[in-house]
Amino acid sequence: MEHIVIIGNGISGVTTARHIRKLSDKKITIISAETEHFFSRTALMYVYMGHMKFEHTKPYEDWFWKKNRIDLKFGFVSSIETKSKTIYFENNDSIQYDKLVIATGSKSNKFGWPGQDLKGVQGLYHKQDLDNLEVYAPNNKVCKRAVIAGGGLIGIELAEMLNTRNIPVTFLVRESSFWNGVLPKGESEMINRHIKNHHIDLRLSTNLKEIISDENGKVKSVIIEETGEEIPCDFVGLTAGVSPNIDFLKNSDIETNRGVLVNRYLETNIKDVFAIGDCAEQREAIGNRRLIEAVWYTGRMMGETLAQTICGNKLEYKPGHWFNSAKFFDIEYQTYGWVFSKPKEGHQHFHWKHNDDTKCITIEFDSETNVFLGINTFGIRMRHEVFDKWLTEKRTVDYVMQHLVEANFDPEFYKHFEKEILSTYKSQLQTV
Amino acid sequence: MSNKLNYSMSLAKPDAQNLSMIQKIAVFLGIAGLFIMILALLNVDFPNKAIFLTLSLGLIIIGTVIFSRDAYLKKTEGIKNDGVWFKSISSKGILAWATGIILTGFYIVLYFYAELLGQGSNGEANTGVISLFDPLSQLLSGRPASQWFVYGTLYTVAILAFGYKFMLKYRHNRYEQLRTASVMFFQLGFAFLIPEFMARLNESPQYNLPYYDLKSMWPLNYYLFDSWSINGFLSSGNLGLLMLLFGVISIFVISPILTYKYGKRWYCSWVCGCGALAETAGDSFRQLSSKKLSAWKLERWLIHTVLVFSVIMTIAIIYSYLGSDPNKYWLTRPVFLISIGVFLTLVFALIMIFKRNELGKDARYGAIGFFVVITALFAMHFTGTTDEIFLIKSSNLRSAYGLYIGSIFSGVIGTGFYPIFGNRVWCRFGCPMAAVLGMQQRLFSKFRITTNGGQCISCGNCSTYCEMGIDVRAYAQKGENIVRSSCVGCGICSAVCPRGVLKLENDSMKGRINPNEILLGNDVDLMDLVNQK
Ligand SMILES: Cc1cc2nc3c(=O)[nH]c(=O)nc-3n(C[C@H](O)[C@H](O)[C@H](O)COP(=O)(O)OP(=O)(O)OC[C@H]3O[C@@H](n4cnc5c(N)ncnc54)[C@H](O)[C@@H]3O)c2cc1C
Ligand code: SF4
Ligand code: SF4
Repeated sequence: MEHIVIIGNGISGVTTARHIRKLSDKKITIISAETEHFFSRTALMYVYMGHMKFEHTKPYEDWFWKKNRIDLKFGFVSSIETKSKTIYFENNDSIQYDKLVIATGSKSNKFGWPGQDLKGVQGLYHKQDLDNLEVYAPNNKVCKRAVIAGGGLIGIELAEMLNTRNIPVTFLVRESSFWNGVLPKGESEMINRHIKNHHIDLRLSTNLKEIISDENGKVKSVIIEETGEEIPCDFVGLTAGVSPNIDFLKNSDIETNRGVLVNRYLETNIKDVFAIGDCAEQREAIGNRRLIEAVWYTGRMMGETLAQTICGNKLEYKPGHWFNSAKFFDIEYQTYGWVFSKPKEGHQHFHWKHNDDTKCITIEFDSETNVFLGINTFGIRMRHEVFDKWLTEKRTVDYVMQHLVEANFDPEFYKHFEKEILSTYKSQLQTV
Repeated sequence: MSNKLNYSMSLAKPDAQNLSMIQKIAVFLGIAGLFIMILALLNVDFPNKAIFLTLSLGLIIIGTVIFSRDAYLKKTEGIKNDGVWFKSISSKGILAWATGIILTGFYIVLYFYAELLGQGSNGEANTGVISLFDPLSQLLSGRPASQWFVYGTLYTVAILAFGYKFMLKYRHNRYEQLRTASVMFFQLGFAFLIPEFMARLNESPQYNLPYYDLKSMWPLNYYLFDSWSINGFLSSGNLGLLMLLFGVISIFVISPILTYKYGKRWYCSWVCGCGALAETAGDSFRQLSSKKLSAWKLERWLIHTVLVFSVIMTIAIIYSYLGSDPNKYWLTRPVFLISIGVFLTLVFALIMIFKRNELGKDARYGAIGFFVVITALFAMHFTGTTDEIFLIKSSNLRSAYGLYIGSIFSGVIGTGFYPIFGNRVWCRFGCPMAAVLGMQQRLFSKFRITTNGGQCISCGNCSTYCEMGIDVRAYAQKGENIVRSSCVGCGICSAVCPRGVLKLENDSMKGRINPNEILLGNDVDLMDLVNQK
């Protein structure tokens, strides 16, 4: 029986395994060095905040794997020998594969800051990071202040987490406004205000210069690049993005750049070796997508596709319209299609914001043809299916504005804003 | 290091669970209110009972109100589950066990040892805590209080006070607010006040109305067809007849229509008193329900067994109530049994013909239940004498049901164990009404929870906070709609979802159940391909 070995039990590896099992009887082994069972990385924050126990983050009960004949192996892969199709573990154990799927995810970026390896300095990615948080920032007596460096999605999650334990947070953001490389100005500024409303000490246009140690090798303070100010703290979160977790491939024949290089069939340069999820890097960009897409959905979709290929139905990875979502403290965010922080050339933005400063939308469209290109929505839930359809049908922005109510996905009895949005649209653009 | 994960064991106490000064004062006020009741229980004879009762209930309500305002209004609107699994009370800690034991003890005393509460027997005056409630009972119905009046009052106070708390907690969510206002209204009006006023009517000899909470339907209201109840209705003129009629119509007409349009939530989360207590006072415990597959299996067996039991018991009760002489009354025992048999066969046949595929494996269980009831009908016919059926006294059957299901299951276990098994134990494992509505919800209803394309990140908030123990995530992460008979439509899964994935909706029956395996976002051809299989 063909033996499929998957390194990494995250969403991409597990999705692949599940779908291979559905389509075939092949022998499947999933390897991981993080936790024995698959858990949802996106839910780590809720464990620290006390919304859930770690148990709850596991999407499948522990008997699931055996029942579906998916073997789990706990261990850290140290190298791969593709000629003999052998995987070597840290403890010198080894196993053979017929087909190999690399789905090892990411690791937190560290940009060589002095002091970045001190105790109490960490990223937030792995389960072990969560454990360490409990050691260095369990409450505001042990941790009198925390500093977070890096204003992205994980940074703001970490700020929210620490906030629930009443730990004062200083949030250092390199950009002049939160996540403004991705979010248009109006949205980004609304989130700035929302962060401050939660009593976070938000420092924009501020860089981390250095982390200072105390006599025990633990963080004592940080120094700010711009002002030289020293901020005493007991914990530093490094959240300046993630990069593929592929150090163990260094000495293998598998071709890598920042990630494991793959073609549209998710194949690496070596036959029978595939890479998916956060650790995979496309050789050529797909549409507006980045070469490495470190998001949950990409991992899942690649897994769905690859399972087909492995089971004999060779398929190209063809993601549909871009979508994503996040939550900034109390404000939910969803995006469908492409909205850039500044409209691309020949494009235009329409922006509406509610008076209460927790809801807004931005729509990007083609100035010439009026074709709708994407929407960011904050504080109003919208239907994926509807926007997916409108994007495929290349609807105009006028059409989208007139039919916005069809896309509403807020719970029943919620206040609707479509009328207000439409009248703002009319007065701003006067094209309807 | 890694064993620090079990936070409830964590030595470093997370800070969020500390109470503020105001919250401490509020807790003190509430406990002072309870303390008055405990003193009364210990037979401290208060001079002016009306004042002390007002004080006691007032303190409890004010304490809860102050506490909730401090806990929720000082923060921004949004989900307020911080520290749920760190707090002793909401994570099966010592406080939870203590509360569970006290509640269970209370129920045991209430059901089986009411004299300990001071229930006066044989026309003697009440003493103890029951006498404390005499003034209120006199005011409403003109009668002295009983253990049930005390229970009803406390129950209503709990729903009102914690309902207020719940509304503040979800002040960003109108669905939650409206349905909480609704259960508060039905509890206060229908379950508490109207029956007391009905008792006033009974002062006139023309009326002999039984206690009747109009919103409580058979089979939840299992005593509706007891002989004392039917006799009561029948001897209360047109009003009595109307009420009995309303009871029957609500079972066979009103409920099916509303469940078709809105799902069982119209009852379980908007009207029902058991649901009302679960959603308000029990809100802190919703995360404790078991999501294991094994729990689901147990649930299906248990709840349907209770349903079959309650159907047979009710038929037996009505059977022994009826006579055999067609000249006296057209509805005789044989006519009754035959019409029930025909009715059930019809329902069963229709389901099998039209909904067989949707039922899948459950069809077998349905068939088993059906045949048990039909066999019971035959057995009744052949073993029935005036007061015996299946060679047991029908009144014994009724008391067994009342004891094991009505008291022990729904009260002692269902509510007493809130802090251990979660707040909907009764609704999930025992309530025959929920079983009936659930069956309809699964088969003939427009209600479903829609999942939003491919947006689910499998975080598990929805499953964790589903009080019915539904593994919502299992559906959401596959892009499947949730159409489950047990879903009471509380809307909390949708509220806590951080990615806006879930929406409770009433829409057309078509495409309601969509076992799609591939989620939105991927290659369209691939989606088609996989869904063909
Ligand atoms: C806090 C946080 C919040 C997030 N929130 C969102 C969100 O809201 N939405 C979203 O789209 N995305 C989110 N993401 C990103 C998302 O979680 C990732 O894109 C996704 O988990 C990647 O899945 P994966 O299967 O590719 O890799 P991973 O989940 O990283 O799994 C890889 C596994 O392989 C193991 N592994 C690695 N190397 C080895 C080795 N040598 N030997 C053995 N095992 C190894 C790792 O330990 C890990 O268990 C979030 C990420 C984080 C950290
Ligand atoms: S599935 Fe959702 S709406 Fe239904 S009972 Fe569970 S939490 Fe409530
Ligand atoms: S539906 Fe929402 S709450 Fe449930 S697992 Fe998915 S993202 Fe989390």
